[in-house]
Amino acid sequence: MKLFKNILESVKPLFVKGGKLEKMYPAYDAFETFLFVPDHTTKSGSHIRDAVDLKRTMAFVVLSLIPCIIFGMWNIGDQYFNAISVETNFLNNLIFGFWKFLPLLAVSYAVGLSVEFAFAISRGHSVNEGYLVTGMLIPLIMPVDVPLWMLAVSVVFAVVIGKEVFGGTGMNILNPALTARAFLFFAYPSYMSGDKVWVHGAGLDGYSGETILGALASNTSSWDNLKWNFNDALIGYIPGSVGETSFIAIIIGALILIFSGVGSWRIILSTFLGGYLTALLFNLWGVNFLMSTPAHIHLLIGGFAFGAVFMSTDPVSGSQTNKGKIIYGLLIGFFAIVIRVFNPAYPEGMMLAILLMNVFAPLIDHYIVDANIKNRLKRIN
Amino acid sequence: MSKSKLLSKRTKQLLSDPLDDNNPITVQVLGICSALAITVQLKPAIVMALSVLVVLSVANVIISLMRKVIPSRIRIIVQLVVVATLVILVDQVLRAFVYDVSKELSVFVGLIITNCIIMGRLEAFGMANGPWDSFMDGLGNSFGYAWILIAVAFFRELLGSGTLFGYPVLESLGIYELGYENNGMMILPPMALITVGVIIWIQRVKNIKLVESK
Repeated sequence: MKLFKNILESVKPLFVKGGKLEKMYPAYDAFETFLFVPDHTTKSGSHIRDAVDLKRTMAFVVLSLIPCIIFGMWNIGDQYFNAISVETNFLNNLIFGFWKFLPLLAVSYAVGLSVEFAFAISRGHSVNEGYLVTGMLIPLIMPVDVPLWMLAVSVVFAVVIGKEVFGGTGMNILNPALTARAFLFFAYPSYMSGDKVWVHGAGLDGYSGETILGALASNTSSWDNLKWNFNDALIGYIPGSVGETSFIAIIIGALILIFSGVGSWRIILSTFLGGYLTALLFNLWGVNFLMSTPAHIHLLIGGFAFGAVFMSTDPVSGSQTNKGKIIYGLLIGFFAIVIRVFNPAYPEGMMLAILLMNVFAPLIDHYIVDANIKNRLKRIN
Repeated sequence: MSKSKLLSKRTKQLLSDPLDDNNPITVQVLGICSALAITVQLKPAIVMALSVLVVLSVANVIISLMRKVIPSRIRIIVQLVVVATLVILVDQVLRAFVYDVSKELSVFVGLIITNCIIMGRLEAFGMANGPWDSFMDGLGNSFGYAWILIAVAFFRELLGSGTLFGYPVLESLGIYELGYENNGMMILPPMALITVGVIIWIQRVKNIKLVESK
């Protein structure tokens, strides 16, 4: 580390005010604070300082994603070798998945961070750490076979239109990772739905790689008659976006988020509850196979769990007040299931439900705060 | 009228102001609905821009000529009658000569009547200025409307369908063989809104005086 410090110190005069590369200071600053504890001091007044800064918060989210990443990589390999009917083992799957996952991750980080650096330099503010998590989430919610240039385009769209136009990290209305996915979903639908993209190599040899949601949405088979059972969906031996398949891996991540205090347990629990109750309600109706799918299965399949744990808990785009968080979560669960069962063209209701509620989160907070003020006013009168 | 009076500094400004500093779409944010609805392809966008140009400049002149005899209580109705008459004329001409485009524009030709830019200019300019200035104002605002429409339609048609005026530009360049795909989202209305937004963004970066002070 001493080596890095020396290098950084020796080039510092170039970047500080008056130096040759003064304009590039945000880039220098980003590297320095990434590698070392920032030595910045507050410039006005005194603030309460906490060791848990944005960088550490983000690190916890990345940490909680690790089970999903490892299982996702393993599942890429497993699904592929199953599709081509080749005998395989744990390590083989993992290595194959790693080489499929790495390009997605590399493109996501390279493109996203370039855009962030460009904006930071042109606006003269420091590079925010928000993209460290977004860049990790994006490849996890993509199908394994998405073309890399499409991924790059959607990352640019998400960072520029989803985040930078609103003022950068902390100011965005929508969750940037989901913005990227929604953009891809509407721009290149054939690469984001159907039965060809979820398993690497599917379609080449007539193997159907459709997801459980896709199969149910096509309304040809009920849950009981599918080739997958409860355990498959729970552990995650199913086709789907890279990180979303394993419920268990997601729950491990959720526990890390909750116990580190980074993710809100209110949002996570109320989202699951909202989805479960809504699905129960539709079980009574049951006019198509998605409606008659057991309520607990709805929580295991598709992106529901991943969205509930990692997307809806985004502290920037979600609700801020405690009561608001519960309403926000319940409504996400409700809309996710409603979109799923009513519109077979959008079987992944979770993405659209979270984006919708992201837009409404400030409104929910507004009324919660308003009600609180009114209550307290009553007390003084 | 001498030539110097025809194109005095003031009339020049009437023409050039709406192109940038006082653009009807990007600065006044009027006429957004049509900018979202008919910009999927270039051809309907241009026909729409021309129709608005005819209606706005002629209506502005007519209202300007009548401005002293219109009772101010019923001026909106008089303006509406003038605009509606012109729109019907334009609609008939389109049907007679470019039937396919007219069908594509469908209800939006009739909706020129409700285009806020037209009523806005009649009310704000035609009612208070002479016919020549009003004509120039109508032209200027139509051009301001037109270039935004055409710019949005250019990007939406090129990226959404890979064509320009229906000609497969990207295919003839051989880009599809490299794995390129048309962007389906460009065809959807939200992308028109985002494209207009990006134009506004670029315009404000270049033209600092448009940025509101905090």
